[in-house]
Amino acid sequence: MKIAVCIKRVPDMDVRFKIAASGTAVDEAGLKYDMSDFDGYAAEAALQVNEKGGGGEVTALCLGPDAVQETLRKALSMGIDKAVHLKCDAVPFDGWAIAQALAAQLGGGGYDLILFGRMSIDSSNQSVGPMVAELLGLPCVTAASRLDVSGGTGKAQRELEGASETVEFPLPAVVSIDEGVARPRYPSLKGIMAAKKKPLEVKPAQLGAVTVTVTTMELPPERNAGRIIGEGPDMVPELVRLLQTEAKVL
Amino acid sequence: MPTYKAPLDDMRFVLHDVLDVAQLSALPGYEEATPDLIDAILEEAGRFCAEVLQPLNQPGDAAGCTYEQGEVKAPPGFKEAYQQYCAGGWPALTADPKYGGQGMPHLMRSVVEEMMCASNLSFAMYPGLAHGAYHAMHTHGTEELKDKLLPKLVSGQWGGTMCLTEPHAGTDLGIITTKAVPAGDGAYRLTGTKIFISAGEHDLTENIIHLVLAKLPDAPGGTRGISMFMVPKFLPTDEGRPGTRNGVTCGSIEHKMGIKGNATCVLNFDNATGWMVGDANKGMRAMFTMMNGARLGVGLQGLGLGEVAYQNAVAYARERLQGRSLTGAKNPGGPADPIIEHPAVRQGLLRVKALNEGNRAFAYWIGMHIDLEHRHPDPARRAESADLVALMTPVIKAFLTDTGFESTNIALQTFGGHGYVREYGMEQFVRDARIAPIYEGTNAVQAMDLVGRKLPEGMGRLLRRFFHPVSAEVEASRADPALAEFVEPLAKAFERLQQATQGVAMRSMANPDEAGAAAEDYLHLLGYVTLGYMWLRMVKAARARLAAGADDRAAFYEAKVATGRFYFAKVLPQVHALAARIAAGATTVMSVPVDAF
Ligand SMILES: Cc1cc2nc3c(=O)[nH]c(=O)nc-3n(C[C@H](O)[C@H](O)[C@H](O)COP(=O)(O)OP(=O)(O)OC[C@H]3O[C@@H](n4cnc5c(N)ncnc54)[C@H](O)[C@@H]3O)c2cc1C
Repeated sequence: MKIAVCIKRVPDMDVRFKIAASGTAVDEAGLKYDMSDFDGYAAEAALQVNEKGGGGEVTALCLGPDAVQETLRKALSMGIDKAVHLKCDAVPFDGWAIAQALAAQLGGGGYDLILFGRMSIDSSNQSVGPMVAELLGLPCVTAASRLDVSGGTGKAQRELEGASETVEFPLPAVVSIDEGVARPRYPSLKGIMAAKKKPLEVKPAQLGAVTVTVTTMELPPERNAGRIIGEGPDMVPELVRLLQTEAKVL
Repeated sequence: MPTYKAPLDDMRFVLHDVLDVAQLSALPGYEEATPDLIDAILEEAGRFCAEVLQPLNQPGDAAGCTYEQGEVKAPPGFKEAYQQYCAGGWPALTADPKYGGQGMPHLMRSVVEEMMCASNLSFAMYPGLAHGAYHAMHTHGTEELKDKLLPKLVSGQWGGTMCLTEPHAGTDLGIITTKAVPAGDGAYRLTGTKIFISAGEHDLTENIIHLVLAKLPDAPGGTRGISMFMVPKFLPTDEGRPGTRNGVTCGSIEHKMGIKGNATCVLNFDNATGWMVGDANKGMRAMFTMMNGARLGVGLQGLGLGEVAYQNAVAYARERLQGRSLTGAKNPGGPADPIIEHPAVRQGLLRVKALNEGNRAFAYWIGMHIDLEHRHPDPARRAESADLVALMTPVIKAFLTDTGFESTNIALQTFGGHGYVREYGMEQFVRDARIAPIYEGTNAVQAMDLVGRKLPEGMGRLLRRFFHPVSAEVEASRADPALAEFVEPLAKAFERLQQATQGVAMRSMANPDEAGAAAEDYLHLLGYVTLGYMWLRMVKAARARLAAGADDRAAFYEAKVATGRFYFAKVLPQVHALAARIAAGATTVMSVPVDAF
């Protein structure tokens, strides 16, 4: 079986963001980057499906400037077999432009399964996966929290508000992955060392025309700091009282 | 709940910009250790420590270890985390590829060790001791023992300990009484009681390899009559599996101030089967292989705890609103200003930051010389590095643990009363850090090793290995007037160190108590000067980066230079007080009669 997993390099969310001088993007100074959270789950799902299927090949794709190769190496160190870097100067905001570049690479690649994270945690558009499915004319399942594949058929579980559903679909297919699948594995030391020697192919990204752009970006207003009022069941009445009288949310 | 993030930016700065770690990949056997691989390994090690080990730290302290009928359980979660640690292959990091290791430079271990100690010292000690046992066996074991045991230690399947201390013999190992009698078949039977044995019994591994100091029946008295033995908890079968239970049992575990998640055990050896490691009566030498590595490791414990305490203290100082800045409100919209605006709070935090970053550079610098000592093709360079490592081992152990403890204490103070209560975890850092100046030879003993053994060796040859690079760095830096505020204080401190060295050497020839009375002050003096040397190198590296247009990392390099400035202005002047105390000699110490106390 051939599996592709599309990953995105995003800033570490654990920082205080600043808006860049342009007013349309975050200030990148001092930011750290990593694989988008849901893409980590997608990579894990790809590896697990591959392991259960008794071998095959998993390819990771990432679109962006040279720095994304670090993120691809990370995927390789988790155990993914090879990587493709679709090179462009900057990642556009427009998912449609990105989807065209990915579809151009993925189409004709003979993949049985193409995985995405449910959404990227920086732009939260949830769009690229379904757009690629559309471009390739493949069935698409979004936000799968479980994924099983056997004999040319996939089965995915999706979480709904207060319920879950299971859907079945023929392969090849595009699936976007939610966090319910097993936590992404930690790369082993051997995996990290092996990643250096795995193939990483660089190709120019065939981005589509960019039609959607960011015009302004602003930070939410400052909130007051949270307060810990204590610990344990004894504090519940006081918490309820404060939620009623101070926060006025109850 | 305290948090921890591996300070990867600073680690990389030290490794790449200050120490030029790329030179290691030019050494035979280290070809793979390229800067990008080193970075990737550190990043993942940091993630593992922060996400797996750190969350177990506070619960592990609360739960502690449990003892029941000779069996010891580590705190909940430790076993699973240990399995993950082994599955990730981390015990193999620097181990010999012949036994399943990855053969990475020793320096890598220092960096990972710092992260592990920062995130969970109690946990880190289990694999730390196993590595120590690996190291001693690798250097002194017979081929047969090595083939049998080392793969088990490298995979993490088996643990290790070092068993020196007895109830009546701590610092003075010459008076131990554990006996080893030849069994006729090449093995020995050991009988005696060891106390305070870290990781002496636990449920993380299927077997434990104890390295035990004991005396042969005909051994001479004192430390010249001590041999080292390998005593497994379960005797290995021919297939290398744990077989018959050996005669070593855990009598109890200690209830103690800190590192509660690490089992400190009384071990009773009762005709236990063991094999000699190294030569008869040369056990101290073999054990020192383990101890020298362990001493550097203990230094990193001090550094790691100083770092994690600092991270949490800074986060708190930014958030805690209390009082107004002396120069007018900095947070006029709020009820008060963040305490980081108060000079007293900043001063404490800056001191900790300057010590942590200086200690890190110091420890990695020596860590790199351990690699040069073993791998450099030029024997002269190897000897040079070996001297420097020998000189600095007691300094790293004692200076990093003394300042590490001090740092946790300052960080606690930043929290006021909230540091003293358990919730924020700051008091645990202080309690955990307190052991480090005690074990692996108390810091007083480290100081005596430095002054009594290392200084006189080869007529001061070891010290010259340090003095030469310092004078060279000072001289070279004087060419740049912009560096004067850093170089001149270092030059002055260095002069004090040279005077103190001469003074101590001369006075202690006439009266050995002079060496004893000066030792700890001297060690600290050398420590502060070494940090001054490291800070000068760091400032220069940061300025070079800024001059080259460091763009998005500029804030980091500017903070580096500013912290260096603080070090030279506000920390390094301590050398003058130390020098004065050293010059005051031993008379006021030794002339007070014992009855006067
Ligand atoms: C939590 C914990 C874990 C430990 N783990 C291990 C372990 O894994 N293996 C092991 O073998 N041991 C271990 N130890 C023992 C530890 O190494 C000893 O406690 C330490 O070496 C000091 O010995 P002591 O306690 O007998 O103190 P003593 O030797 O009695 O020293 C008491 C005081 O006198 C000072 N002193 C003694 N002799 C001199 C001297 N010649 N010059 C100057 N000052 C001197 C010491 O500095 C100290 O301040 C551990 C101890 C603890 C508490």
